Amino acid sequence: MAAKGKIIWVSGPAVRADGMSDAKMYETVSVGNAKLIGEVIRLTGDTAFIQVYESTSGLKPGEPVIGTGNPLSVLLGPGIIGQIYDGIQRPLKDLAAKSGSFIGRGITTTPVDMTKKYTFKPVVKVGDEIKPGSVIGSVKETDLIDHSIMVPPDHPGGKVTKIVGEGDYDLETELATTNESKIPIKMYHMWPVRKPRPYKSRYDPTVPLLTGQRVIDTFFPIAKGGTGSIPGAFGTGKTVTLHQIAKWADSQVVVYIGCGERGNEMTEVLVEFPHLKDPRTGKPLMDRTVLVANTSNMPVAAREASIYTGVTIAEYYRDMGKDVVLVADSTSRWAEALREMSGRLEEMPAEEGYPSYLASRLAEFYERAGRVRALGSPDRDGSVTLVGAVSPSGGDFTEPVTTHTMRFIKTFWALDAKLAYSRHYPSINWMNSYSGYLSDIGKWWGDNVSKEWFELRSEAYGILQREDTLKEIVRLLGPEALPDEEKLILEVARMIKIGILQQNSFDDVDTYCSPQKQLKLLKLLVEFYRQGQRALKDGVSLADIRAMPVISTLLKARMEIPDDQIAKLDQVQTTINDEFKKIGVKVTN
Amino acid sequence: MSTQGGVQYSKIAEIKGPLVVVDGVDSAAFDELVEIQTTDGERRLGKVLEVGNGKAIVQVFEGTTGLSVSGTSAKFMGKVMEMPVSEEVLGRVFDGLGRPIDGLPDPIASKFLDINGEPMNPEQREYPRDFIQTGVSVIDGMLTLVRGQKLPIFSGSGMSHNILAAQIARQASVVGTTDEFAVVFAAIGVQYSEAEYFKRSLEESGALKRSVLFLNLADDPAIERIITPRVALTVAEYLAYDLGMHVLVILTDMTNYAEALREISAAREEVPGRKGYPGYLYTDLSTIYERAGRLHGRKGSVTQMPILTMPSDDITHPIPDLTGYITEGQIVLGRDLFRQGVYPPVNILMSLSRIMKDGIGEGRTRVDHQEISNQNYDAYSRSQEVRALAGIVGKAGLTGVDLKYLEVGDSFEKDFLTQAVDENRTIEETLSLQWKVVSFLPKNELTKVKDKFIEQYYKER
Repeated sequence: MAAKGKIIWVSGPAVRADGMSDAKMYETVSVGNAKLIGEVIRLTGDTAFIQVYESTSGLKPGEPVIGTGNPLSVLLGPGIIGQIYDGIQRPLKDLAAKSGSFIGRGITTTPVDMTKKYTFKPVVKVGDEIKPGSVIGSVKETDLIDHSIMVPPDHPGGKVTKIVGEGDYDLETELATTNESKIPIKMYHMWPVRKPRPYKSRYDPTVPLLTGQRVIDTFFPIAKGGTGSIPGAFGTGKTVTLHQIAKWADSQVVVYIGCGERGNEMTEVLVEFPHLKDPRTGKPLMDRTVLVANTSNMPVAAREASIYTGVTIAEYYRDMGKDVVLVADSTSRWAEALREMSGRLEEMPAEEGYPSYLASRLAEFYERAGRVRALGSPDRDGSVTLVGAVSPSGGDFTEPVTTHTMRFIKTFWALDAKLAYSRHYPSINWMNSYSGYLSDIGKWWGDNVSKEWFELRSEAYGILQREDTLKEIVRLLGPEALPDEEKLILEVARMIKIGILQQNSFDDVDTYCSPQKQLKLLKLLVEFYRQGQRALKDGVSLADIRAMPVISTLLKARMEIPDDQIAKLDQVQTTINDEFKKIGVKVTN
Repeated sequence: MSTQGGVQYSKIAEIKGPLVVVDGVDSAAFDELVEIQTTDGERRLGKVLEVGNGKAIVQVFEGTTGLSVSGTSAKFMGKVMEMPVSEEVLGRVFDGLGRPIDGLPDPIASKFLDINGEPMNPEQREYPRDFIQTGVSVIDGMLTLVRGQKLPIFSGSGMSHNILAAQIARQASVVGTTDEFAVVFAAIGVQYSEAEYFKRSLEESGALKRSVLFLNLADDPAIERIITPRVALTVAEYLAYDLGMHVLVILTDMTNYAEALREISAAREEVPGRKGYPGYLYTDLSTIYERAGRLHGRKGSVTQMPILTMPSDDITHPIPDLTGYITEGQIVLGRDLFRQGVYPPVNILMSLSRIMKDGIGEGRTRVDHQEISNQNYDAYSRSQEVRALAGIVGKAGLTGVDLKYLEVGDSFEKDFLTQAVDENRTIEETLSLQWKVVSFLPKNELTKVKDKFIEQYYKER
């Protein structure tokens, strides 16, 4: 029975209502005469504490609250890709059609067009045994997405008693029935956002998620099904880096959550993605992207929900056997939404006013990442990779959201304001960042790109580490205090920083770098260093090495040599050899 | 603001700080406008912050000084706070709550708008792309302002932020258009002399007749400051989206706004976040800053330039910190440059314009703009490192290239950054100054620009 109560108290997004003894925790309710959408977050006697997903301006005590009987759920079915949703899966386009340029209240819409017909191709027949999660057929959702229609995980499955033939159907059509359940299987089903979708088994993440960003792929890689976090003060380039991952990651589906961030950033994605082509398929990136936008000035409770809405959609596509990347910008704003609601609930605060359950909520969220074998048949392996931005207050990494996040993620890309101030982008600090996937992923690079990868990466990273310690000495005594061998390290470290670590997202060539090009650039620089060392041993002066014209070529190769002309990088190698020969080195290789 | 209608209550249960608790309330809405009447007939405005269990907590904008528990009554107006708007507001001066203070009659309203506005639907936003030429080299060249952007000035006490903002307001133009534009200026708790400087500056340039001023001065009620930016933005939105004007909104000083917010939060005994500011400071600030933008199918735009003084010049203080997370970049003024007498004293390395990349380049400014700007950043940043090093080991310890970088740093500050208060440079002039700065370097140091641009624009010095 649906609860029917009355508002007794209003303060911002928090509402108390009595007469709610029939309400369940996390049930969605309709609040007030304006029929605002809310969710029950605490029950005391017959008083319910409700967080409201829309502005409560004008709401009065005495107005009704009516339960829906259902927890906050998302609709999962074809039509999701390419959409831009608010935090509770309402398409922003539909909201605009109903309330204009500004977001009105109390509007109900369906998340996808229920009347649109898709061509369904069945893969099961009457009499087949199907299980929860089994694929019964597929539809073409976009040029890039073959959308599997699956038995909902909460449906018992059974023997197929009816299945429609190949043809065009809308979302409400009953596609199949089984002997075990009266509930027919349609093209869509609902799933509660706060409940992770089940799977058969989990794997270790061993395949890299290639992002085309050198500092990520080469130095601090993330695996498909892995977790990563990107903390940084404002202006350090979090959003640009996340956009780059969303653009170039080699996954089939991207879920981008703008959680309490800028409106124009979502607009940028909307404007840009339809024009950008996926480097692997040549199709528009929007054909694989879903946006969840709950900008900072939109209601704060819906911001809390947006993370769950996004990750549930990601898990759904994972269950089809796809690799999905979910990017959340920013988890700090989500944590602040938790803090605000917690404050209104008058809960005892932990650090900096955040609720004591902040850590467990973060852990629950990041645990929804993973590479899994999906339920049912046929066998499908998919992954959800979670990348969350953190916006630490004052750029201080010891604040609660950053410290708790670090406990639950394996790749950490620490953005550095100092690097950003000197326009070293992406400003990922190579000394403070880490990747827990390095050894697993190293195998993949060895098998698929080059056996040398691991060694070259270690050598380049070693140079950067040496430079970091030498910098201290330079700061105190000046560079002339160092012997030439060490000055060479400074020089090569500078070259690695400019030629590899820096990457210009706004340059047509540099914005994406293939693994092959990454390896070649790395090899050229390491090779330069090795020959430089030999040259110094042979008595060549450092000034001669510094004056080599090839240095400038090396530093600009990332911008001047596109992926389809990689062979030109081999010529650069020849030039390096020639120039070293010219200044008096015997080239041995 | 009309004073008709509404339900009157006389039971004031408690007065604390800027808040009044009204008892025996059976019909009040969250956010509702309230009129408080004192025993001697004075009327003040407020709004409902919390309502329930027969009580309403009301925040009084003009402060509670002189109110008494007995004799004071509260009238709930049955609506949220609204601002009357029409074309007639142009050229007028209002107080911090939007009431005229220039001695002229109330403008005839063509509309009453909720001062809180509504969040813009991100799907309906038009991405900002039109370059605004401010005539200030450091902004046009390296921190380009774009129509619909929100770009704050982070300053410190006593620095020249108001002079810079006034110069931008006078000089800002979009090259090659004749669209109407307007300036909305909101003084939030600033000194009389600062507001007066701004007003005079607009007057002298003839811009006053297309400006609207909202003045909450330092000696005006602090709680009123919560409202001032909102009425100003409501007027700006009307001018932009109903009348199709391009509006530049200057909000000074947002630090005073945040302090007023803290005062209310403290009076409500809320759990504080950092430095006593409420945990919702970010969300609250965003409801102001996010009102900048452009919309599909509408001609006008709202560009915001909020100004804030960083307490103790600390950029990690919650006010600049949370502002920076919302705004599309920041122009940071540097104390060192200011002390050296450089105007405008912009610390370029800490400054940023996020949507610059989309407002510049071929067909907007010039094709080499982004790259030469990157090269300037790189070179100036390197020059700062070399300066620091020279401070320790002396110039003698520097290599040849490092010495070149020292020259770059000096030239950047002297030739490019420094400019007169009334000097209006074109973008072409600005770009050639940027090339001039890096021309102290040998060609192979220019790693951020493509070779073809070097051939075209570089002349070694």
